[in-house]
Amino acid sequence: MDSAGVLLDAQGLGRFVPGTQQWLLRDVSLAVRGGDRLAIVGPTGSGKTLLLRSLALLDPIDEGRVLWLSQTISARLVPAFRSQATYLHQRPALIEGTVEDNLRLPFTFRIHAHQDFDRRRVASMLEMVGRGADFLARSWHDLSGGEAQIVALVRALQLNPTVLLLDEPTASLDASTTQTIERLISHWHERTNGKRALIWVTHDRQQSTRVAQRVVQMNAGKLLEGT
Amino acid sequence: MTVDGYIELKAWQVAIAASLVLLNAAISLGLQLGLGRSLVVASMRMVVQLLLIGYVLRWVFQSDSVLTVLALAVIMTIIAGVAAVRRTERRYPGVYWASSVSVLVSSWLVTSFGIAAVLQKADTWYEPQYAIPILGMILGNTLNGISLGLNRLEDELVVHRNLVEMSLTLGATSWEAARGPVRQAVRTGMIPMINSMMVTGIVSLPGMMTGQLLSGVSPLQAVKYQIVIMFLIASGTALGTVGVVLLSFRRLFNRNHQFQSGLLTAAGHK
Repeated sequence: MDSAGVLLDAQGLGRFVPGTQQWLLRDVSLAVRGGDRLAIVGPTGSGKTLLLRSLALLDPIDEGRVLWLSQTISARLVPAFRSQATYLHQRPALIEGTVEDNLRLPFTFRIHAHQDFDRRRVASMLEMVGRGADFLARSWHDLSGGEAQIVALVRALQLNPTVLLLDEPTASLDASTTQTIERLISHWHERTNGKRALIWVTHDRQQSTRVAQRVVQMNAGKLLEGT
Repeated sequence: MTVDGYIELKAWQVAIAASLVLLNAAISLGLQLGLGRSLVVASMRMVVQLLLIGYVLRWVFQSDSVLTVLALAVIMTIIAGVAAVRRTERRYPGVYWASSVSVLVSSWLVTSFGIAAVLQKADTWYEPQYAIPILGMILGNTLNGISLGLNRLEDELVVHRNLVEMSLTLGATSWEAARGPVRQAVRTGMIPMINSMMVTGIVSLPGMMTGQLLSGVSPLQAVKYQIVIMFLIASGTALGTVGVVLLSFRRLFNRNHQFQSGLLTAAGHK
């Protein structure tokens, strides 16, 4: 396969149930280029989340490898890799404190220490989803599920990742919040003229055609080319 | 009978004290607490365990040999290392090793310091009269700190797994992602010791000091000994807690900055 322009390249990924030979994910290969919008659909338990976690190197891989810009990722570079290929959980995880405390959190990590929290930029992202500047002072436990997901998303987007690995980010949200989140992600994707890419795991067929230009199907830990 | 400033106890005097357990038995019976069996078993165990250790100590004291003292110290240390893990609610492969190494390094280091630097007995460090009681007191407290710290670390990591992983996804190193749980765990391990220093002498008289007073040592000498022991215990607890927390952190996170949450299982499960 031509590797020019490939950002994230999974080659023959395999994972099995610890201590057994039972495959959870088998021989999955996937290449993501700048500009790609890929959706992965499939039934519950088909391995979608596992694949996304493996792509983000959140779990040990039993077989195959993940390349970033055609290079293997050494242990030392894993944090830098994750800051470029960022995984977003289905259920947002927020620390105790205000929305602003949550948005400032990544800047306490060494990998982002050279950047500063940009209040104006964050405010403009929040404005895009109909939240005013006072939203920054809201306490984490006063947020609805949708608002918490918006905070988690803005927290990731402000760091300018190149690839987003989205694990059903709107699965438990209402239609209007889902639309808001899709808009925010689409805006992030379009900003750099085809340099960014996303993989969106969803069980919603309609959403997959809305957010992606290519849809692949997963079943029993294997990737099948879809519609 | 008074011997060198203390009353030597005879078996019948111990039996008089044992009769007090009848009071507990009466309460249990009167209120139908159903504690009779436990009370008898606990009392018997206490008597047997203490008599056994009494005979072992007598033998060790009489033998006056380096090897015997070392052997007893090693056994006490291993028991403390295992007991620290037994009190926790979760296990991971290698937890007994982490606990035993932490107990060993912290308590032996502090005991050596106490004997060599404070008591100035470096050349006769193996004298059981000092080595065994000091090590024993430090082990007992270090074990407490280690089990509290270990339990808290495992608890924090399991309960806040989503926060740890969220930090990792945003580019945190495993240390940055785990520093909250690590801090909480070390605090939890050290707080009882700090609390105990706060109230010691006000709420209760420490056991060692009481023992020295009973054996006729002057109150100020007993207090000085107690102060020394408290400092030794505090530093042993701190070292042991930090040790077990760091060793556990290294085991539960791999070099690829991945949290191996699957390694943690509930106690009693494989």
